[in-house]
Order: sequence, then C-alpha cells, then structure tokens
Amino acid sequence: MKITFIAADGTETAVDAAEGESIMRAAVRNDVDGIIGECGGSMMCATCHCYVDEAWADATGQQEDGESDLLDCAASEVRPTSRLSCQIRMSAELEGVVIHLPESQL
Amino acid sequence: MSLDLPPIPPSDLDPFGTAFFDNPYPEHERLRQAGPVVWIERYGVYGVARYDEVHHVLNDWRTFCSSRGVGLQDFSREKPWRPPSLVLETDPPEHDRARKVLARVLSPVTMRDLRDGFMEAADRLIRSLVGREIDGVADLAQAFPLSVFPDRIGLRHEGREHLLPYAGLAFNAFGPDNELRRTAMERAAPHIAWVNEQCRRENLSPDGLGARVHAAAVTGEVTGDEATLLVRSLLTAGIDTTVNGIGAALYCLGRFPDQFAALRADPSLARNAFEEAVRFESPVQTFFRTTTCDAELGGAAIPEGAKVLMFLAAANRDPRRWDRPDDYDITRKTSGHVGFGAGIHMCVGQLLARLEGEAVLHALARHVTRLEITGDPVRSYNNTLRGLASLPMRLI
Repeated sequence: MKITFIAADGTETAVDAAEGESIMRAAVRNDVDGIIGECGGSMMCATCHCYVDEAWADATGQQEDGESDLLDCAASEVRPTSRLSCQIRMSAELEGVVIHLPESQL
Repeated sequence: MSLDLPPIPPSDLDPFGTAFFDNPYPEHERLRQAGPVVWIERYGVYGVARYDEVHHVLNDWRTFCSSRGVGLQDFSREKPWRPPSLVLETDPPEHDRARKVLARVLSPVTMRDLRDGFMEAADRLIRSLVGREIDGVADLAQAFPLSVFPDRIGLRHEGREHLLPYAGLAFNAFGPDNELRRTAMERAAPHIAWVNEQCRRENLSPDGLGARVHAAAVTGEVTGDEATLLVRSLLTAGIDTTVNGIGAALYCLGRFPDQFAALRADPSLARNAFEEAVRFESPVQTFFRTTTCDAELGGAAIPEGAKVLMFLAAANRDPRRWDRPDDYDITRKTSGHVGFGAGIHMCVGQLLARLEGEAVLHALARHVTRLEITGDPVRSYNNTLRGLASLPMRLI
C-alpha cells in the first residue's frame, strides 16, 4: 500500500507499506527523513509527529488515548491534524494516504 | 503439533559464561546462522538471535509472557528471589495499570523539567575531567548518573553505595545458578534491606520522582504497597543500565575517533550517538520470555511452558536488519533497535536514559578535542548486563 510523505520543504517521497504496519515504521524502514520514531512505537516520545493531509483526516480517525499528552511535547507546532504516526496503522481505507512532516522532531 | 517442521539446531554455548562475555560476537553470529530458533542444550531453553524473531517475541506478549519471570527461573515452578516486579514480571492487564504510573512519572513533560539541570551537571563534570587521566567508568559513566539520578528520585544521601550492587544483583539474578549469581546472592542481604527501606513513601523527599509514584496511591490508582514496589523498579533499573549505556558510548567514541570528530563537528548528534552506542554494545544483553501455549516461531514448534532466551545484542547486529552492523555510526537511523526492548515492556525509563546520555555526550563534544583510551579496558561480568569495570582514558 502506498504512503506519500511531504516534507516541510515540499519534497515528496512515496513508500510501500504493508497492511497493518504503522506509518512510523513504514517511514523508518524506508529511510524517510523527518520521522525518527525514537521509542519504536511504544508511545513514550513524540518524535514521529505528523500532520495527516486534511483529505485523509476522517480515514485515519481520532487520536488514541494518551496521544495528545505526548503531542504537547512535540518539537514542532501542533495542529488539529497532528498525530503520532506510530498510532496509525495501514488499512485498505488508507491506500494512498498523504502525510505531511513537521520541520523538526527534537 | 505438525511433524514436518524442521528440527531445531542445538547449541552447546553457555550464554552466561565469562568466555562468552569476553567476546560474544563470533557466538552471536553462529547462533544467527544456525537458524531462526536454536536449542540451548546446557539450560534446556530455546534461543533467538536474529532480529525478526527477537522483535516478534518482544511484541507477542500473549504467547511469550513475562509473568513467569524474564530470567531463566520459571516463577510457576520456583519461588522468585524477591517479590516480582509489577511492570517487568507481569502481563496485561495488571502490567498496564502499573506501567501507566511509571510512564507518567518518566514522561516527556518530566524530561523537559530535568533537561537544563542535567545539561549543566554534565557540563560541570566534563570540565572538571578535561586534561586528566581518568577511569571512564568510575569518574564519568558512574559519576554522572550517581550525581543526578538519586537526587531526582529523592533518595537520602546515606547508603547510596548500595544502589549499584543491588542493581548488579538484580541483573545477575536473571541468569542461571552460576558463580556470578551465587556470589551476588551471598552478599545481597544489606543491599536488599536498604533498597526496600528507601522505596517507602516516608523515606523519599516530597519533591522527587519517587514521591510522584506514591502520589498514584493517594488517587487510588495503585495501593501504597504497590507504589513502594514501583519505586523499587526505578532503583533496580534506573542506574546500572545508564552507567553501562554511558560507558558503552565512551568506549565506542574512544575506539572510533572519526565518530568522535563527527560528534564534535555537530554536537546535536549527541542523542543519536548515545542511541547508536546502545544498539552497538547493548548494555542489556538478554531477557527471557515463557510460552503460554504451544507456539510456532520462525518455523519451529515450541511447546507450552518453555523458556525463550532473546539475544537482544545479537539482534542489534543482525546483518539481515542492519547495514554494516559492526560499525559504530552516529548518523545511523537507529529506530527499531532492541537495546531498550520493544513492545509493551520496552524500557519505561528510556527517555531518562537518553537524556543522561545526551547530556554527557553533548558536554564531551563541546569541551573535549581528543578522547584517548590509554590502557586495557577491564570487563565487568554480569549475567545480563554488558559493561566495563574500568576504562583508562585521557580527555584532552
């Protein structure tokens, strides 16, 4: 399944992800700059912060329990579309999802 | 169980022997090459050394549980040496309730409060060491955590010398009944007594992290006795691990001068340089899980009630997962290494560990131009932890 990442400077990177894989893991596995994923997805840090493209906001759903507390500590601005990309898992509805990356994660 | 699964290759390795501790890397490679799962004959346990299988076991807590102990001992058959940890040695849902308390106390918000103080403390320490012949372990890797951690927890000053021996004991206890474990147990009583006493609410300063764990008992999230046991987790896992993590980073930077030069050129790499040292040396080398049912792992059949030994250090250098696994590269994308574990039991103090490591390496990058190893490092033996007893070095 395809994910398109758009960096803060506008650079686009498309990667392949497996069904059920988190967007963070797909980014790290494919060497996408702009997602660190320091805690490996155990919801301890906020270094996989992303902005879900508005057209995809419904499909990705709401923030998980505890996500907003961590986002409060994110290095870049938090917006209504902010999510931790480790908490979004790829499914058929997310085929082709577009994810915007913040300027920094640390 | 199906009969057409391939046989599991046996290994005669003693993964808790000093010969292995001296140089585990050729044996790690042999384990990875032997197959996705091996049979460790000496202890009658299964072993996994490849990244994929280690990652899988860490992430499947339903099949590979922690409540029967994360050492060689099976708590369903033998009495644990101490009351089990409420986070390390439990499964959901009990685990999640306790973990939530520690995760809040050790959250990014806490780190933001601690950050400036840690950076200043590291700065002072490194400046006092520049130009001197030092023991990188005692004077730096131990000195820094000991200068910040007990104070932040809120421990009294008296008796802090028990902290490192207690942690050494706890990590030796995950291993077999060998000389390391027996010697640690023989000397254990005063360390256990001191630690248990310090974990009580009345012995912790009201502004420390320990008191914040006890605050969860006031709201009824946990009982007072549970809060005391959770503080014990902080004291068990919060000090020797960071000592060995910082020691690993010093040892790496001493052996890879080009990487120290890169760090000096860009001190913002300090955090990743520490992370890469945790991958490269894996201060916590191994943990066990126990199967809750007949299971299949990497194409092998494993019966219920079996112990599975995860070689975290071998997974962290598995060439199937990492490019140039034996190079220490401070610009590497380290996410996904299992030096802090993975899944629901992944180190709850990882942010504190990273903050300590980052503070030390950032100060080194700013104040030291050369970091030289001036004598033979001496290894410290422990059934679980990898680290040095001493590291003669000069900071220039």
